[in-house]
Amino acid sequence: MRYKSQVTSHKSQVQFKSKKLKIFCFYIVLFTFAFLLLPYFCYAQTISSSELINNTRQYDGKIVVYEGEVIGDVMARGRQAWLNVHDGNNAIGIWIDKDLTADILYTGSYKSRGDWVEISGIFQRACAQHGGDLDIHAQTIRKISPGRIVQEKLNPGKLRLALILLGILCLILILTLLRRK
Amino acid sequence: MILRPHLEDIKNIGYYLGKVIIGLSLAMFLPVILGLALKEKGPSLDFLISLQISVIFGLLLTKLCFTEKDLNWMQGMIVVSLAWLAAMFLGAIPLYLSGHWKSYLDACFDAMSGFSTTGLVLAQDLDHLSFAHNFWRHLIMFMGGQGIVIIALSFFVKGFSGAFTMYVGEARDEKIMPNVISTARFIWLVSIVYLILGTLALGAVGILNGMRPLNAFFHGICVFMAAFDTGGFTPQSQNILYYHSLAYEAVTAVIMILGAINFKLHYHIWMGNRREIIRNIETAALFITIMITFFITAVGLQQLGIYPGAMLLFRKGFYQLISGHTGTGYQTLYPAQFVTDWGNLPMVGVILAMALGGAVCSTTGAIKMLRVGIIFKALIQDIKRIILPERAMVVQKFHHIKTLFLEDKVARSALLITLAYLVLYGLGAIVGMLFGNSFLYSLFESTSAAANVGLSCGITNAAMPAALKVTYIIQMWAGRLEFMSVFTLLGFLVAAIKGK
Repeated sequence: MRYKSQVTSHKSQVQFKSKKLKIFCFYIVLFTFAFLLLPYFCYAQTISSSELINNTRQYDGKIVVYEGEVIGDVMARGRQAWLNVHDGNNAIGIWIDKDLTADILYTGSYKSRGDWVEISGIFQRACAQHGGDLDIHAQTIRKISPGRIVQEKLNPGKLRLALILLGILCLILILTLLRRK
Repeated sequence: MILRPHLEDIKNIGYYLGKVIIGLSLAMFLPVILGLALKEKGPSLDFLISLQISVIFGLLLTKLCFTEKDLNWMQGMIVVSLAWLAAMFLGAIPLYLSGHWKSYLDACFDAMSGFSTTGLVLAQDLDHLSFAHNFWRHLIMFMGGQGIVIIALSFFVKGFSGAFTMYVGEARDEKIMPNVISTARFIWLVSIVYLILGTLALGAVGILNGMRPLNAFFHGICVFMAAFDTGGFTPQSQNILYYHSLAYEAVTAVIMILGAINFKLHYHIWMGNRREIIRNIETAALFITIMITFFITAVGLQQLGIYPGAMLLFRKGFYQLISGHTGTGYQTLYPAQFVTDWGNLPMVGVILAMALGGAVCSTTGAIKMLRVGIIFKALIQDIKRIILPERAMVVQKFHHIKTLFLEDKVARSALLITLAYLVLYGLGAIVGMLFGNSFLYSLFESTSAAANVGLSCGITNAAMPAALKVTYIIQMWAGRLEFMSVFTLLGFLVAAIKGK
């Protein structure tokens, strides 16, 4: 009886160890696959617009991280919206869930600097949903730094130049009138 | 023997050049007003300075060169060619003052690109440009499309017999109305009617696309001016890709085609003569060349398999093609994508389309459809002459508003201008290659500049060599004026140096 229980305990120990080994092997295989294959599907580092535009085939259909300033209008289209995000070289269209754009308060224009955002999403070289456009279908968006209103200042040098030119213009007109008389 | 020009010639040229410059400078009031209305003080000041410089320059010319004599043929041609250069130098001042152009040469490049309705851009950080400056960029396209001198003719000059010379000098050799002034006014009437309709259509599409109303209508008026005048500027750096909208692409495509049609044809359509659309040699040639060049482009894109589905291929391929053929230059691609995605054959299709252009007496550049049609008819005539018996009378006709007999001098003139354009495309391509670009890309960019299109495969940027910028400026200028007034100016300069 005792012997039987010892055998059972040994058996369960062996089973436990083999199960552990299987799990270990599974993780090894998983990590190996992840290590080898993930770079083909996603890029964790921020990628510039120039890199994306010049290597469209390489990044097509992959998850990319892209950051830049939101410019122009946030164009709502039903439950989704279009953002145009400029990284300093080019602007790329971002197709995004409208709710995710709620945090965007400033967009780039003459009078404001837009919010600087980081987008993670699928890069499309020729998006079938959007007429073959090059775009990114965003999955997440993170505001890195908020935008601001740009305070306009008049350049005193330009102001002086305008006054001098006005003087010259008046002088020409006066001389013309005098000559006519 | 070459005769040296007289002081009287120079005075005449200076006086009328001054008049045109004053007319042009008054147009700067519009961005000043817009800037003040939208509380853009800095940009308003930029335009005020530019306005004053231009008025002073124009006044000095009219006072120093005052004359009551009328212009002769040569003087009229020279006034036109110089007026376009003066417009570039003066129109570039507010752009340069904005700080969005790296150098005055870059600002001149964009000003010439605007006036000549080309659409190549060297501006920096376009997305933060003021409304006033952006409006000016598009306004100069609108003025350039109608013809700078035509503006002076229709608004600031009461009328003189030399008007026709200047009208021809701006590459318009067809009178719609009995005289040039009424023709110029009719061109303005057509343009203003379409401006209102086009702005409303684009503004409405913009609002439906989610744009703010002010932006939607501002973009609407700007995009209309650039599309109808086959220019190609847009208020944002992404060009038409900014809007992500099929409706926007469709409306702009219609406007581009309207801009590429002869104003004389517009007149006949307005007068109820709709059959003229089908019978006219230009519309027939335009339809056939669009089909041929699109076939080449589509086959190339199909071979590469870059677009998943025929509809996507059509939407992308046809838009770039029609934009190139009409000489507009609107893009729904990034310039680099022509190189990385499109490859050689589709680019060849677009180059051919750009090189051919739209109708004469329209706002497009390039060889133009009337000449293409005439050359084709002349070719048919020559083949008939070979095939038919020697004693047979070979008569070739073509329909352009009315049915005309094809004369040898008409065919010769069409061939000469075509040859001049081909040489201009080729020379620009050689200069592009001298700076290390490949033949096809250089030819693409050169054709785009000389044919006043504005599509780019990436060569045009602020970092390109100054010599290449100057080359493209000359190409845009000569291409827009269709050579005659440029050749006259060169002849005048040679006569001034070598004449007795």
